Amino acid sequence: MATSVRAAADGSPPPAPPAPRPARRRKAPSAWRSKLYRLDVKATPYTFIAPFFLTFAAFGLFPLIYTGWLSLHRVELGGDAEWRGLENYTGLADSDFFWNALANTFTIGVISTVPQLLMALGLAHLLNYKLRGRGFYRVAILAPYATSIAAATLVFAQLFNTDYGMINGFLGLFGIDPVNWETEKWPAQIAISTIVTWRWTGYNALIYLAAMQAVPNDLYEAAALDGASRWRQFISVTIPSIRPTILFTIVVSTIGATQLFGEPLIFGGSLGIGGGSANQYQTLSLLMYEKGWVTGSLGQASAIAWVMLLLLLCVGGAQALISRRNRKKTGAPS
Amino acid sequence: MTHALTKVPPAPAGRRRAQAQRRGGKAGRAGGHNHAGPVTYIVLALAAFFSLFPLYWNVVAASHTGERVVQAPSPLLPGDQLFTNLEIAWNQVHMGQALINTTIVAGTVAMSTVLFATLAGFAFAKLQFRGRNILLAVVIATMTVPPQLSVIPLYQIITELGWVDQLQSVILPTLVAAFGVFFMRQFLLEALPVELVEAARMDGANSMRIIWHVVFPVARPAMAVLGMLIFVQSWNDFFWPFIALTPDGSPTLQVALAGLGAGNHTVNHAVVLTGALIATIPLLAVFALLGKHVVGGITAGAVKS
Repeated sequence: MATSVRAAADGSPPPAPPAPRPARRRKAPSAWRSKLYRLDVKATPYTFIAPFFLTFAAFGLFPLIYTGWLSLHRVELGGDAEWRGLENYTGLADSDFFWNALANTFTIGVISTVPQLLMALGLAHLLNYKLRGRGFYRVAILAPYATSIAAATLVFAQLFNTDYGMINGFLGLFGIDPVNWETEKWPAQIAISTIVTWRWTGYNALIYLAAMQAVPNDLYEAAALDGASRWRQFISVTIPSIRPTILFTIVVSTIGATQLFGEPLIFGGSLGIGGGSANQYQTLSLLMYEKGWVTGSLGQASAIAWVMLLLLLCVGGAQALISRRNRKKTGAPS
Repeated sequence: MTHALTKVPPAPAGRRRAQAQRRGGKAGRAGGHNHAGPVTYIVLALAAFFSLFPLYWNVVAASHTGERVVQAPSPLLPGDQLFTNLEIAWNQVHMGQALINTTIVAGTVAMSTVLFATLAGFAFAKLQFRGRNILLAVVIATMTVPPQLSVIPLYQIITELGWVDQLQSVILPTLVAAFGVFFMRQFLLEALPVELVEAARMDGANSMRIIWHVVFPVARPAMAVLGMLIFVQSWNDFFWPFIALTPDGSPTLQVALAGLGAGNHTVNHAVVLTGALIATIPLLAVFALLGKHVVGGITAGAVKS
């Protein structure tokens, strides 16, 4: 490039176009090497993505379909499959345990996801202010994320213990009678939701924070000029700006809540698999495990797994609908 | 390093805002958006307290006797039994072996995921091939399939193969994760100029050389973040390891802990919580050392909507 500019400045006629081709041809490999080269270029992308797709085919797709096939059969652990059609599914519809687990999954999901995301939103908003020691707060609220389900649940099981737990001790300071966190339905579900909320609030707050930092400051300045209070700015500027991220966290948390397994299992101790003494916090995953590995009826367990997939597809469909409507809403006027 | 992953680089935006404020003085503050009041500090301090207190109390409980832990009022200050409890947990309930197992599993899974995800992410970001878009859509779609849908056949497979209680039954299904592929693709899409790849090709480099000398050096920061995230995830994974491994066989820490907590015989809760501490400490140490990078990684990986 530099030479051509200089040539033009001289006023002399532009030099003949440089000849990169011969130069390249000099480097060009022999016939078989060029064939090899072309093969390399063509096959490389597939070689690179192969590990993912092979792993997925073997440990994801095949089991997924096979679970569907199993769900139409009567299968015992280690036994042969016997065709039953939709019997496993109709059996679920008639089963009180199934409806109980479905309801528990839903209620625990709601009382863990809703406060979790609301608190995360608030914390992210506060972290978005100019702060001293923001690094400390970020790492501190993220620390629970580093804790495993098992470790967190074992700690909280002690804190929530009815007889000696610190939480009842604390409530006692205010003259509140000990709450039966283990055997009563709602307290137990709240205790389990607390573990979920504790582990994930900071994580979600940081996701929101990242989205909030991408909101242009002009919007806030304009809102402030219009006399909007901080609260008003939060509602009218922040929330709409990060709506896609909020939707994303709702979907991810919902998927997580649908699969809830470890927290109720470990919280219940020796009664964990049944979801407490009266199944008061048995989730769909726990019921599936109980059917498959305790009762040994893999067909029924597979049917529960597929019901979970259908539920998630509904969530995914709803998400797609909402985001499309959002796009229309925000896209049309501007 | 993480900026490229988000649509609008967060850090420069923040810096610009801070600069604007410094320059603008009162005018910059008119937005009222940037400076925190005392209420903010109080609420954040409370949030930090509630986040950290259960971890602190875990240490406290692990340093008392089993009898003391189950007495009201609960101990609030550390006791002197920590090493006794560690010794019991280490020897009697094999937390040491579980720690080694978990390190093997999480380390292998993190390394293989980073390697394969970088290769696939590079292919999806920078290489042309038939079916690219459809295959990428498949990768993303697989992220929503819950593990519950595959555990029953997987269990049958590992039973057939005699792999129950063998670590490979936990490692193999998670050798590469869709999230990782997507994460690396998003990073390389912006961080790796396609000219760099073309120039290398022009110079006669084959794909292996390009990967080694062009892609890996560019991708290294994202690879580090992904490796960390996957390590944490694999370290804490519970559902499938709980099915594939047994507490008495060759468990990971999480399976061993579940076994401890569910014991029917009289449980020494101080030892159980010492086990929980053993499972938590390594990751907390990572957080303490690399806190900023972990935070950056999470925010970078999360903005994928």
